[in-house]
Amino acid sequence: MIAPLALDVAHLFAGGLVLVSFMLLYQDRMTGLINTFALHALVVSLSVAWQAYIQHAPHLYITAAIALGIKAVVIPIALHRIIRRLGIHRTIEPVVGIGLTMLAGIGLIALSIMVMLPITAQAGTLAREDLSFALSVILLGLLMMISRRNAVSQVVGFMSIENGLILAATGAKGMPLVVEISVAFSILVALIVIGIFLFRIRERFETVDIHLLHEHRGEQP
Amino acid sequence: MILDAFVQLGQMMVVLALAPLLAGYVRKLKALLLGRKGPPLLQPYRDLLRLLRKEVVLAHSASWLFRVAPYLIFAATWVAAALVPTFATGLLFSYAADMIAIVALLGSARFMLALAGLDVGTSFGGIGSSREMMIASLAEPAMLMVVFTVALLAGSTQLSTIAAFMQGPGVGLRVSLAMALVALVMVALAENARIPVDNPATHLELTMVHEAMILEYSGRHLAMIELASFVKLLLYLSVIGCVFAPWGIAVSGQGLAAYLGGLAAYAGKLAVGGFLLAVFETAIAKMRVFRVSDFLGAALMLGVLATLLLFVSRIA
Repeated sequence: MIAPLALDVAHLFAGGLVLVSFMLLYQDRMTGLINTFALHALVVSLSVAWQAYIQHAPHLYITAAIALGIKAVVIPIALHRIIRRLGIHRTIEPVVGIGLTMLAGIGLIALSIMVMLPITAQAGTLAREDLSFALSVILLGLLMMISRRNAVSQVVGFMSIENGLILAATGAKGMPLVVEISVAFSILVALIVIGIFLFRIRERFETVDIHLLHEHRGEQP
Repeated sequence: MILDAFVQLGQMMVVLALAPLLAGYVRKLKALLLGRKGPPLLQPYRDLLRLLRKEVVLAHSASWLFRVAPYLIFAATWVAAALVPTFATGLLFSYAADMIAIVALLGSARFMLALAGLDVGTSFGGIGSSREMMIASLAEPAMLMVVFTVALLAGSTQLSTIAAFMQGPGVGLRVSLAMALVALVMVALAENARIPVDNPATHLELTMVHEAMILEYSGRHLAMIELASFVKLLLYLSVIGCVFAPWGIAVSGQGLAAYLGGLAAYAGKLAVGGFLLAVFETAIAKMRVFRVSDFLGAALMLGVLATLLLFVSRIA
């Protein structure tokens, strides 16, 4: 049995992560978006570190350190440099239908809670809330990817999905460290690949608005 | 029962007596923060007395509604304020009404105010009324979501029960409560026409909301409306204090010392709340009217999120 306070703090961090996911949804400035993403990674690393403390699982501290080092520091700095080189660090991306997106987000959270609670009825309270929050974060990341037009914000949405996966992995006990490290590095590799792609897209179309890609493929916008 | 009645009476008097002082205190602090001297603390009382002595000027097109509305607004707000445990729980009225009743009373006061704004038929009053309703359509659901969050946790919508629960050991550290607090503060700022939503210091601005509705009022009618808005500010600070910082509230039957301690704690809470309000208002700029829906939408979103997150948290 876990002490109520430990559970409350875990709930605080996981709930905070869902809240920061919401904040990502309505950021319309590029720099603000990336800073919020850094906050997202910071909250996830705090959450993982707290899980390491209450589960007595020292290898989770390494996961937290990786999340903090790579996703809260390295990737945001890299993204800042990318948008500066692309010259879009001052652009304001129009977030279409902010109220509708928020409502959809609330609906997704309700959905993930309603799906997760019956499934995990046998599991402990900690795993239950972690899994439902993790599913919410993943779904919100997907929502962000489909509601944004700019390629950089889609990258940020993709990274926030990965944070949700980490939250799910730490809630369920017994994820091997090797897997976590390889996931973290694959994210880093993905960033590099995406970064190169961003420049390729820009060279080709002189913008990173992905709607032009649709036209290029012959789809109707 | 007799004691409850006395506490209730004392509470109503305290609320009425302190409300203008709070408004004067916030104004003074804001002036000091801006490097001005500011009006004296007691200026709101003098303003009210001056308005009460002045003659009422009525527009030709004003109907009976226009004359009745100020008293109804003041009465509804005062009764709502009487339901909030400020310095002591165990109020006589609290058995009859809960937090949802407070929201409803404030809603009817706002309804009367909007009607009065429309009654004379000036365009300014109409703008004010329509904007007030736009703000209310988002602020009220957000307030109700906060009420639901707190009530789900405490198992009751009675403010005295909630205050007792919040002082107990079962609360712990809850993310839902933090979100509910932020949402409630945002709603309070919007409802009291404070700075990011409306500017309480100006009378002539195209973006004003509250002042636009009461532009046609004068004399004792204006005094009633002003006093009602002072009481409303005090009410919101008291609700925040009662739900999120319930320390020091006297419980029924503890004797005179407890009541005096409760009064001192209440005065302290008001001082801190007013100080934070003044600092916040000095630090932040007023937003465009069309951004207000985003601001209150965020409050509503926080309230809904707080309620949703409760379902996966530990049961108290």
